[in-house]
Amino acid sequence: MKKSLLILLPAVASMLAAQVSFDRLLHTDAEPQNWLTYSGSLSGQRYSLLDKITPQNVKNLELKWVFQARSLEKFEATPLVVDGVMYLTEAPDHVFALDAKTGRIFWDYDYRPSKDARVCCGSVNRGLAILGDTLFLGTIDARLIAIDSKSGRPIWNIEVGDPKLGYSVTHAPLVVKDKVIVGVAGGEYGIRGFIAAYEARTGKEAWRFYTVAGPGDPGQKSWDKDSWEHGGAPAWLTGSYDPSLNLIYWGTGNPGPDWNGDDRSGDNLYSDSAVALDADTGKLKWYFQFTPHDEFDYDAVQIPVLVDADWNGSPRKLLMWANRNGFFYVLDRATGKFLAGSPYAKMNWATGLDEAGRPMRAPNMSPSPQGTLIYPNLFGATNWYSPSYSPRTKLFYIPSWQDSNMTMAKTNQQYVAGQRFTGGLPRAANAGRRGTRNTPVEDSSYGSVLAIDPKSGQKKWEFKMSDVTDSGVLTTASDLLFVGGREGYFYGLDARTGSELWRASLGGQMEAGPMTYSIDGKQYVAIAAGQSLFTFALRE
Amino acid sequence: MALLIFTIRLSAQNADTGQQLYRTHCFVCHGQEGESIPGVSFRSGQFRRASNDDELSRIVLNGIPGTGMPPTNLNAEERRSLVVYLRSMHDTAAGAKGVGDAGRGMAIFSGKGSCLNCHRTGSKGSRLGPDLSDIGSLRNAAYLEKSLVDPNDTIAPQNRFVHAVTKDGAVINGRRLNEDTHSIQLIDEKERLVSLNKADLREFTLVKTSPMPSYKDKLSSQEITDLVSYLLSLKGSQ
Repeated sequence: MKKSLLILLPAVASMLAAQVSFDRLLHTDAEPQNWLTYSGSLSGQRYSLLDKITPQNVKNLELKWVFQARSLEKFEATPLVVDGVMYLTEAPDHVFALDAKTGRIFWDYDYRPSKDARVCCGSVNRGLAILGDTLFLGTIDARLIAIDSKSGRPIWNIEVGDPKLGYSVTHAPLVVKDKVIVGVAGGEYGIRGFIAAYEARTGKEAWRFYTVAGPGDPGQKSWDKDSWEHGGAPAWLTGSYDPSLNLIYWGTGNPGPDWNGDDRSGDNLYSDSAVALDADTGKLKWYFQFTPHDEFDYDAVQIPVLVDADWNGSPRKLLMWANRNGFFYVLDRATGKFLAGSPYAKMNWATGLDEAGRPMRAPNMSPSPQGTLIYPNLFGATNWYSPSYSPRTKLFYIPSWQDSNMTMAKTNQQYVAGQRFTGGLPRAANAGRRGTRNTPVEDSSYGSVLAIDPKSGQKKWEFKMSDVTDSGVLTTASDLLFVGGREGYFYGLDARTGSELWRASLGGQMEAGPMTYSIDGKQYVAIAAGQSLFTFALRE
Repeated sequence: MALLIFTIRLSAQNADTGQQLYRTHCFVCHGQEGESIPGVSFRSGQFRRASNDDELSRIVLNGIPGTGMPPTNLNAEERRSLVVYLRSMHDTAAGAKGVGDAGRGMAIFSGKGSCLNCHRTGSKGSRLGPDLSDIGSLRNAAYLEKSLVDPNDTIAPQNRFVHAVTKDGAVINGRRLNEDTHSIQLIDEKERLVSLNKADLREFTLVKTSPMPSYKDKLSSQEITDLVSYLLSLKGSQ
């Protein structure tokens, strides 16, 4: 085939697609026009340096294009944008490459997961990772698939776990150096959770860290008898990475069975914890358990947010964490030392945190056979929805559920391979709509975005919604904050005051994180709502 | 032997009947090659929702609720004939001329034929032309040979090339991936994904001919047979 001379236009030049090296992933600040990882950077801040959309002109945002998913499943994905190309997943495991300017499709790869797949809470996928010319997709039947980013063709496809036993992968993988790191979901199926790294080039497993301490691990004593074998502690959300410490930070989920801890007395390490792992070996450097011996399904499955900031007069490497259990924490991320913590939502399961950050359990506040009313409910004061930290406002933003409660009843349950293993029956929650309409009453739970001062733990402002919210939060260098909610509104707020500056009614609830990118100097903001991805930019 | 011949004739008859039924009931949506529905390829011989002939027959009868696949009123014999035809679409050896040597074919593919300059198998070669990693599951020998000898006759719509010139005079050539009234998406000669607004173009041509040269006079008939054998061996890894 003869190759004719190609002359580059500025518009076409913007498509000039260099490979996405790990160095680029380390320095996402140098190219804010792209969105190269699930959270926009390896620090997990979901903060963008783009500032063309401002508090003054945000009112001029208008819809540019919509991507309508073919799936009726929940749309929980955050897309990547690389040099003008958007890489997006729709449930369960369908990958698209789109023109990020127009939403038109370049290619798609429709992986059909095994019918053996079983997931607790939706056949969802939250996104992709990229390295070089290769995308990485975790699937609900617990596969990890490498996909050519130019053609959409699979390169390798390996097993992460056995779907018949309830293992699945629902989150966007994390690329660190030459490895792809994923954790497994399946905390409601009695899995033994783990986080594993795979060689990006071949898919060969490089290391595996079990989030349930097994034989030879001193943490195994925190499990009664053989309860560790089905101890859960899944790791179903993307972690973060600090290159200066070469540590990966990851959150782990509930011990199993969820609501009955009778047969697993002890702290149940390393469930409901932040774990810091050596990126090259997977060795545990430290852990911090937020909810020892959890009986409420308070997964510590949140995005670890890494912040370098002054702490009591000295620069410190911090890890900030708004937990599902209702406490906001600040840790030293080099050592795991607890620095501060305070509640940000109504709770009755604990009376506070001790000096080491361990929760002080309230008496008689455990699931019982007849049921116990617990604040917050099992969905938590927050959940997996991305928080955000702005280095400009120095505030931490939490998408939260306020005043949520639920009657948690425990039942006896034996483990049966591949079947749900929850040991309980939560009921009568005061949060969330039923069907298509929302009819809140005086004591209903509600959603809010909280702006927290990490140093004091104090609330700086709160933006309330009538219904609860499953939306992530994005902040930008123009001090804007974008967030959605179950009511279908997509908001632009003033990140300093919480004032509403703009909103659009998208007609479907938002269960994904907003993100932003730019092409040819034009800034876009995108979020999934209902079964579609909506993309906005300023009116011309 | 007599029984074998009888069985083969019966299958052939079934396939003929099945082909007629296919044209009546299936052609409009699935197309002549059975590949018009994205993600569905009868040529691949793999069916997402059916693992055997009985299940295929049931899908023909009942359709697939929630999709565009409607039920039919075909009787059991008709459905059997249709299934025989669907299975025959995967007969990749059909039309093979002689016996080729896949090893020699591979050497031609990466050497004398310069096929990797435009095509890709696995992680080798260019993405500009169609990826051939699993071409052996999708095409039969006759089709592949025809493609090598007379590429213009077999170029599929999804493999057509475009030639565009912008109003600023920039020339863009590439394989079309997608097109609508206002825009076109392609992979260009440098393997970049490019999206163009038609309004920004001074010239836009959907090239009717294949950019691939005919190998009729470049390779001997044995070399073409060897190359076809190699292509038929490419079944993909997924």
